[in-house]
This record gives sequence, C-alpha cells and structure tokens, in this order.
Amino acid sequence: MGRTSTFLLCAATTVLAGTMPALSAWQPQKPIEFVATAGPGGGTDNLARAVQNIITKHKLTEQPIVVVNKGGGSGAEGYVYGKASAGDPYKVIFGTSNAWQQPLVSKVAFNYTDLTPIAAMAQDEFLLWVKQDAPYKTAGDYLKAAASGEFKMGGAQSKDTDEVLTRMIEKAGHVKLTYIPFKSGAETAVQLAGGHLDSHVNNPSESLGQWRGGTQRPLCVFSPKRLPQGAKITATEGWGDVPTCVEQGLDIKQYEQPRTVWLPGKVTPDQAAFYVDLMKKVQATPEWKDYIEKSSQIDTFLTGAEFDKFIKDDLEHVNQVAGEQGWLVK
Amino acid sequence: MDNLGELLHGFSIAVTLPHLALMVIGVLLGILVGVLPGLGAPNGVSLLLPLTFGMQPVSAIILLSSMYWGALFGGSVTSILFNIPGEPSSVATTFDGYPMARDGRPTTALATAFGSAAFGALIGVILITFLASWVAQVALAFGPAEYFAVYFLAFASFVGMGGAAPIKTVVTLAIGFAIAAIGIDTVSGSVRLTMGIDELVKGVNFVVAVMGLFGIGELLVAVEEEFHARAVSSKIEWREVFRAIGRLPRHGVALLRSAAIGCWMGITPGGPTAASFMSYGIARRFSRRGRYFGTGEVEGIISPETADHAAGTSALLPMLSLGIPGSATAAVMMGGLMIWGLNPGPMLFVDQKDFVWGLIASMYVGNIVAVALVLLTVPVFAALMRIPFVIIAPLIVIICVVGAYSVSNSYLDVVMMLGFGIVGYLFKKLFYPLAPLVLAIVIGDKAEDAFRQSMLMSKGSLGIFFANKLVTCLIVAGIALLLLPLVLQLQRLWRKPASAATETTAQETAREKVII
Repeated sequence: MGRTSTFLLCAATTVLAGTMPALSAWQPQKPIEFVATAGPGGGTDNLARAVQNIITKHKLTEQPIVVVNKGGGSGAEGYVYGKASAGDPYKVIFGTSNAWQQPLVSKVAFNYTDLTPIAAMAQDEFLLWVKQDAPYKTAGDYLKAAASGEFKMGGAQSKDTDEVLTRMIEKAGHVKLTYIPFKSGAETAVQLAGGHLDSHVNNPSESLGQWRGGTQRPLCVFSPKRLPQGAKITATEGWGDVPTCVEQGLDIKQYEQPRTVWLPGKVTPDQAAFYVDLMKKVQATPEWKDYIEKSSQIDTFLTGAEFDKFIKDDLEHVNQVAGEQGWLVK
Repeated sequence: MDNLGELLHGFSIAVTLPHLALMVIGVLLGILVGVLPGLGAPNGVSLLLPLTFGMQPVSAIILLSSMYWGALFGGSVTSILFNIPGEPSSVATTFDGYPMARDGRPTTALATAFGSAAFGALIGVILITFLASWVAQVALAFGPAEYFAVYFLAFASFVGMGGAAPIKTVVTLAIGFAIAAIGIDTVSGSVRLTMGIDELVKGVNFVVAVMGLFGIGELLVAVEEEFHARAVSSKIEWREVFRAIGRLPRHGVALLRSAAIGCWMGITPGGPTAASFMSYGIARRFSRRGRYFGTGEVEGIISPETADHAAGTSALLPMLSLGIPGSATAAVMMGGLMIWGLNPGPMLFVDQKDFVWGLIASMYVGNIVAVALVLLTVPVFAALMRIPFVIIAPLIVIICVVGAYSVSNSYLDVVMMLGFGIVGYLFKKLFYPLAPLVLAIVIGDKAEDAFRQSMLMSKGSLGIFFANKLVTCLIVAGIALLLLPLVLQLQRLWRKPASAATETTAQETAREKVII
C-alpha cells in the first residue's frame, strides 16, 4: 500500500510538473543539509563527510553544505527528521538498509516510503570473523565446532543486518548461536579480540585494523565471488585471498549492506533528479575511488527502478527471516 | 627504555614552529568552543575536521587534539562561573567550583581547576608513554561483565560516599535510569518510553538535561533567595593566580589519589565522567574537610578536575591501540584518522611511529601551551563575575536555550531543558542530590546494556560476575561501598544505643546542609 501511494504521488507530481510552464532543471538556492543517520565517526557519517568534501572540492554546486549527525535510536532520529521535513529539497539523508529494515522490526515513527530514494552508492560486504588463535581454519570447521551450541556471535544492534545474517547462518549451517548485540561494529571487534565472543560478521572496514594487528581473521566472505585483490593487509594475505562462504560449505550466496541516500518525501522529480545527477558526478571523481578503496567497500550505483527492485528484494528476504524469528511489529 | 627514545623522536616532530603555531591556534579555538554555549569539543572538532584533509596526519592530529585540550579547559570555565557544565565530565567541578566563585573567589577557583587539570593530564600522558602496550592488554580484558562491574562500582561509590542520605541517592539514581531508558534499546531493538512523541526515539541528550538541571535550576533557586541581586566583587589579581597554583602541592595526596583514579578509569573503559564523580565522592569521604564539601572547598575542585583530565588523556590510548573511541570527541578524531588513511589498532604503533609518538609528545607540549594560555585568560573570565545578576541571569537563560537547541536543532530539546530546570529546582528544595541523577542519565543505559549482554552470555546466570579475579574484585568493592552506609549506621547503633537517634538526626541535618 505504501508503495502504491508513493507511485501515485510521483505520478501526481509528474502531472503537476507537466502542466507548469517548462522549467529549467532545478538548482538549489540556499545551503544544503546532509543528515547522517549515525553518530560522528561511523560508516554513514564518513560517507556523508566524504561526499560533502568531494562536492566542495570540485564545486559541484554553488551552495555550501553542512553535515549534521542525527544518529539517535540506531538512526531512527535522522529518518524521522527526514519524514518531518516533507517537501524540503535542502535536506539529504544518508543511511543504510536501516531505512526499510528498521520499520519492520521496531515501532519507529517512519517508513522508507516517507522518503524519496535517490541512490545506493556503495555496498559494504560482510565476512565471518574469528579470533586469531581460534583452532578452526575454514567455515566448515567453525560450523562443526559451533554444533556444541555454546558459540557466542556478536554484532551491531539488535534485529538489524548483523542479527539477520546470524540467523541465516544458523539456518544454513544447522547450528544454534547466542547473538549478543553491541552498539557498533567497532565495539564488537574489540570484544572478539578480548576473547569474550567466538565470532562476528563485521564489514571489512570495521575489522581491518584488528586483522592487520593479528587479533582476528576472516574465515569467509558472504559474496558470490571473492573480493578484489587490492593491497596486502597482513604479510601474506589481502581481501582477495578470503574464500567465499559458499566455497567452504556455508551456503549463503550474497549478503551486503548498501549505503543509501534519500530526500524527504513530497519533493519534485526535478529536485530528485538534481541530486541523482550530483551523486553521479561525485562518483566519477578520483577522491571517491580513493574513499571506496580506503573504506574497503564495493563501488555501486543504484538509482530509480534498480534501486526500487533492490529494496523490494531485500525487504522480501528480511521479512522472511524476521517472520521466522517473530520480530515483526504490527 | 625503548619508549623514551621514541618519545624524544616524537618531541623532534612536535616541537617545530609550524606545529607549535597549530597548537596555539587549536587551543584558542578549543577554549572558544568550550566556553560558547552548545558547541563543545565534539562539534568543534567535527567543524574543524574538513580543514585537516590536506594536512599531514601528524599535523592534523596535533591541531585537533590541541583543540580538545582547549575545549576541556574552556568547559570548566562555564562550570565554575555559571554552574553550566559543558561536558558530562565537568559536572563534578560545579559542586565546589561554583560556590567558590560565587563566594567572590573566581580567580582562585579557576586557577585551582586549571592547575590540577594540567597535573592530571600530565600523569595521564606519562602513563601512556611508559605503559602503552600493557595498558592495551588491560582494556582487552574488559567484556560486558567487567564493564557492568565498573559502572556498578561508580554508582555504588555514590551511594556509599556521596553526601546525601543513601536512600535519596538510590531514589535519584532510579529516576536517572528511567530517563536513560528512553529511546531505542540496544539489546532488544525496540522503542521504549517515548510516550507517543516520535522525536523521543533519539533519547534524552545529556547536555539538555544538564543545562536545565544546573543552569536553570540554580537560577530559580537564586531568584528565590535573592542573594544574587548584588554582583560578586571579585578582585582581578594576577598574583592570586600564581598563589592558587603555589598552594596546589599542599594537596598532594588528593592530587595523586585523583590522578590514580582518573588513569584507572581512563584505561578501563569507565571514562572521564565516572572518574570525576568517583574521585569527588572518595575525596569527600577521606578529606579532613570532607564535611565542608559543596561549599567551595579547594579539594572539591582538585579531585574531579585532576581525575577528569587524567582519564581524558589516558582514554586516548584505547583509541589509538584498539580503535575504541573513549568519548564522542575521540570518535570524531578516529573518523579523521581513517580519512587521513590511518587505521587505529595495534599496528598503528608499529606502522606509524612518527604519528603516534608525535601525538604523544604533542600531548606534553599541547597541555603546557593550553595551561599557559588558559591561565592568561583567568582574569578576563573572572571579571565576568562582576557583572550584576540582573544582566547575567537572562544571559544564562539564553545560553541554556541556545545550547539545548543546538544539540540537534530541535525545539523539543528546549522544552525538555526547561522541564529539567524545574526538576533541578525541586531537587534542590527537597535536598535530593543532582549528581547521581546526571551520572545515571549518562552511563545508565550503558550499564543496562552491559548487564543484559552479560546475562545473554551466561544464559541468565549471575555467576558471570564472579567468573574471574578482575570482575570479582570490582563487584565485591561495589557491594562493599553499597553496604557501607548501612554498616556505619548499625555500628553507631551498636556502640551508643542511647544517643544514636539524636546523633543520626544531627548527622542527617549536617549532611543536608552541604548537599550538592
């Protein structure tokens, strides 16, 4: 129903726009606010600041840009703010798949249909990490050891991407894991290094330092093919040397987290088009490539129908896991 | 002494003209954001961050960390002069700092605070220099159960050593826990206590609570008592600045004890806030003049300030060596590190020696620069106290309103801040202590998370809190502190059954007089 209403809304605005005298493409007339749905220093905040920096450096728009952090309530603060700013094209919201996953599992006062999707700009991969001195060398060994039912899996937030993936591993590997939620991936990584957990499913950038420092290592990556080689992280290995989970008998082909960009609802197609174009320009710069490489993400650009399809597929999947776990809120 | 050699190398990087200039700029900007309403260190550092992208990482971190020192000092200024703490960790400074300033000794209060803060920071840096690798190991030993034990100890030290009647402290803590529970719960992911207000999903921000409780609350009390109608006649005396600093060594025991508490809480991830509160509580119990705490005692300023800066400084170590940011400001700096292409973690000490030791050396120099600059400004700030109350009072209201609004550009925060103002007033009138309330708001949800994570790990068994020596020690110390008031009470009853009742009442009255 939410989707239909968005569609109707889009259709209506298109018709309205059509009846107006031919306008030239929309341009911002005052400063733009980038809303990061995360605290300072987190992945989403880094993205917003990197984009701001690139736009300013290349003068991609005349208007100044400020980044504000609204990370309260696992990001809900930022999305609720976006919903409340309906019709305001000067607020750009930076988030993750949170935007459509969070409303499924907790009673937050927004849904992704309250926002106008602009693009998914980068994908963060997930890996299965264990402590450096753990006895198992492959995901298969790990699953065998985990059959004891005593394994503790850490992750960021509750009923969010990390826990969804944990439940998928349980199902695919026929094991039972105790999931322990922490505030962030960084905190989880430290807990694994201290031996308080048996494993976690952090993104590459969240555990890069620990891998290099020899406190934890990845067993496999939840991706259809291995990651690009890149530079070596440890003396002998780089991201490309990590086998895929499917190779090792853990049958989860693909799981990733997109970094998403939104406008508030009820903006005109012209306004949305301006930002799609702006983000495309950002993505073409060498600084963007640099950011993607340093944060060990995968460069993607989904917008329009492709982005919609991505959301729909992901929703279907998360809905299934959440339904099985009894997380859905009505 | 490998570290010493590295440190000398670090000095050769830090003590160059461009870097010294960066330190001065950073400290001055820091003092400014520390004093200005609603800005504070984390915001100041994020505003400055984009400017550093083109710099060498070591220059960038020197600029940002100098700004951090400046902001920490600047935050103490408003705590002491206006009873408005800018950071959670400077709340405890208001307890004696503000009464002393109001008493006509703002110069002494400020100089004492800065002097002891510098001492605390120095001890913190020395610790980092010599114990870097060992300290990193200690922090790793902290799982959810150990975290909970540290928070528990902080709460218990308030019940056992705070000035108020223990039962009032417990009630206040409980109210604070309820406020901390507002918003999204980490462990279950569900929304709690938002009472139908969508925006409350973000929770209650500390700054909003503190501006109301202290700033507005104190103002209401002052208006009622009318003692503020006259301006405080404070003499601007340069000599007093140096005299106050000169008197510091007399409180050597308090300084060393507070620095030790600060370092311990900084390394174990208790943080500067818990450190300053605990240090204040313990000083009140052990100081010979403990009963006068809350009326403008020198040691009541020394203890929280020393511990705060010792913890704040040593908390940078987990950030560098493990990638755990100890505070919001550290989190922003860590974001910066990644943008400069460095990865915080154990390898930083191996791969980026210039950066790490340049930073450590700059902590020594930066703190000296900060103290020198901030002492120069003491007379200027102290002069603010001569402005009549009728002018200062509306200014304080403006500071609080602007400060609350700028936390997240939300009108709701302003309304909540005013609400907290009324709560603060009522607490004062009813002799309920504010400090435990603030402590519970700041670390209440962390304590709850840690407790529930522990329960998940142990499948519901409390045995996890006695599973190893570290956690057992912390929990036992906490329980002992919690029971201390009860034991003392029983002991008194035992010894003098006849006069017990009267004595207790007298004690209670004395306590209420000096209540925070």
